[in-house]
Amino acid sequence: MDRAAIIGVGMTKIEKRKVGQTFADMAWEAVNKALGDAGMTIDDIDNVVTTSSDFWDGRTISCMAVGDASGAAHKNISCVEGDGTYGAFYGMTRVLSGSYKTTLVTGHTKGSESVSSLITNSAFDPIYERSLGMDMVTACAMQAQSFMHRTKTTSEQMAMVSVKNHDNAFKNPLSQLPLRITVQDVLQSEMIADPLHKLDCSPVSDGCAAVIIAHESVATKFKQQPVWVKGVSFCAGSFFFGDRDLSHARSLTEAAKKAYAMAGIKNPKKEIDVAELYDAFTYQELMWLEEMGLADDATAGKLLEKGEFNIDGRLPVNASGGLLSGHPVIAAGLYSMGAVVRQIRGDAGGFQVKKAKTGLVHGVNGLGGQSHCVFILGKDK
Amino acid sequence: MSDQFQGIEPMIYQSKINVPYSWWAGDTASKFYIKLRDEKKIMGTKCAACNKVFLPPRKVCPSCFTENTEWVNLSNEGTVLSFTVARRQFAAIPPNKKVPVIWGLIKLDGADTALLHYLDEVTPENVKIGMRVKAVFSDARKGTIRDISHFKPVK
Repeated sequence: MDRAAIIGVGMTKIEKRKVGQTFADMAWEAVNKALGDAGMTIDDIDNVVTTSSDFWDGRTISCMAVGDASGAAHKNISCVEGDGTYGAFYGMTRVLSGSYKTTLVTGHTKGSESVSSLITNSAFDPIYERSLGMDMVTACAMQAQSFMHRTKTTSEQMAMVSVKNHDNAFKNPLSQLPLRITVQDVLQSEMIADPLHKLDCSPVSDGCAAVIIAHESVATKFKQQPVWVKGVSFCAGSFFFGDRDLSHARSLTEAAKKAYAMAGIKNPKKEIDVAELYDAFTYQELMWLEEMGLADDATAGKLLEKGEFNIDGRLPVNASGGLLSGHPVIAAGLYSMGAVVRQIRGDAGGFQVKKAKTGLVHGVNGLGGQSHCVFILGKDK
Repeated sequence: MSDQFQGIEPMIYQSKINVPYSWWAGDTASKFYIKLRDEKKIMGTKCAACNKVFLPPRKVCPSCFTENTEWVNLSNEGTVLSFTVARRQFAAIPPNKKVPVIWGLIKLDGADTALLHYLDEVTPENVKIGMRVKAVFSDARKGTIRDISHFKPVK
């Protein structure tokens, strides 16, 4: 199979409210940063994939709002609704199709400008579920309850994820919410939906991220060192909440297995050097680690206590500060991808980890992780 | 941002998307709701290939990709698989529900999948995974999921 590489990344600072910047303004900033990072001009881009949600943007065909600012004029532009990693997946398949050589993928969200509870409530089935009034927070709280019950993960262990990631955020200037907090601070923060406290939840955020994905034939043509896509997969579980065992994420296990196999990874615990996971809520970091085989079943909490997922630990997880420190919903996976790309290139700055030959990027779409996308990125082709 | 925009007061434009929808429930959900409304009966659909019983009922088995042709009467009682308690009055919570609102994932006896619904007549502190609950039907039933008012603990 032909190969694809990520040859440029650009991200705006994640902020609580980007006053004065429209969706297009954010895209303009992120796209120009990515082009600069790659050493490309907009003329070197032959197609554009935007990742956005019509509901979050409050308009239909939301990709068209950022097309101009993404340099899409007279080019093929297409939109993916879902996490940024799904946009990157589609962008990659385009360069592998033979029709394109360089895809610019963007993802943008302004959580500050709408009401997330109403938007995520609309993800529930309108005939059977929606009128009960659940949303992403209460859905994930229900999943957290189920995960804690099965694995005996404690609230203290979940709080430690928050402490770790908010502390990591001090090392990442793009992060919204660096905090020096203790486990007690998390446990004493407002109970939002049992068992999730306020500091177990990611904040409302605005931001835009862009990545440039190139076919191998042009991947070394520009100034930036390419970071290769070694493996990738995405899988979806059942839509209805009650069809799934909520304490597991079988679709993630499946996606990770396929991505590892494609990348030739036999022992992910040893071979993955650095990971950025979808930590919209604290329990998710622990749960996804287990479901991806990066920790044994029901052990992630204990490994976290030992410091294994710290920035200087066995497997640094969310060294960038993760989504707990800034969560522009749709762009999230592209921020994670940008962080891992920079780790592998060795230019992650303050949150650079020691060894970053192979990295994992994980994105989620749907309620309580209905679907998962896993990328394995590497230094060597 | 460029310097030329320094000092400009950012304006906010208030807007709203307000589009009414009239979805057909489909014949599967229609049958389910008519039984619920008229007879206070909860029914699921069964897959002939894997024998799984689905609630909420649907026409196609998500595992086998075959049509579910059989209907099964389910018990009004079941087990709580998980739950949460909203402590904040989130915007999605219906106006007639005040926090703490408890939702449960309830696996009724006879079903293989669980139903999302409210738990009530119990304090949040007393809700446990594994507890037995029973459906309480609404007095005025209109053919919606809220024809079940909530589930309460089995004494």
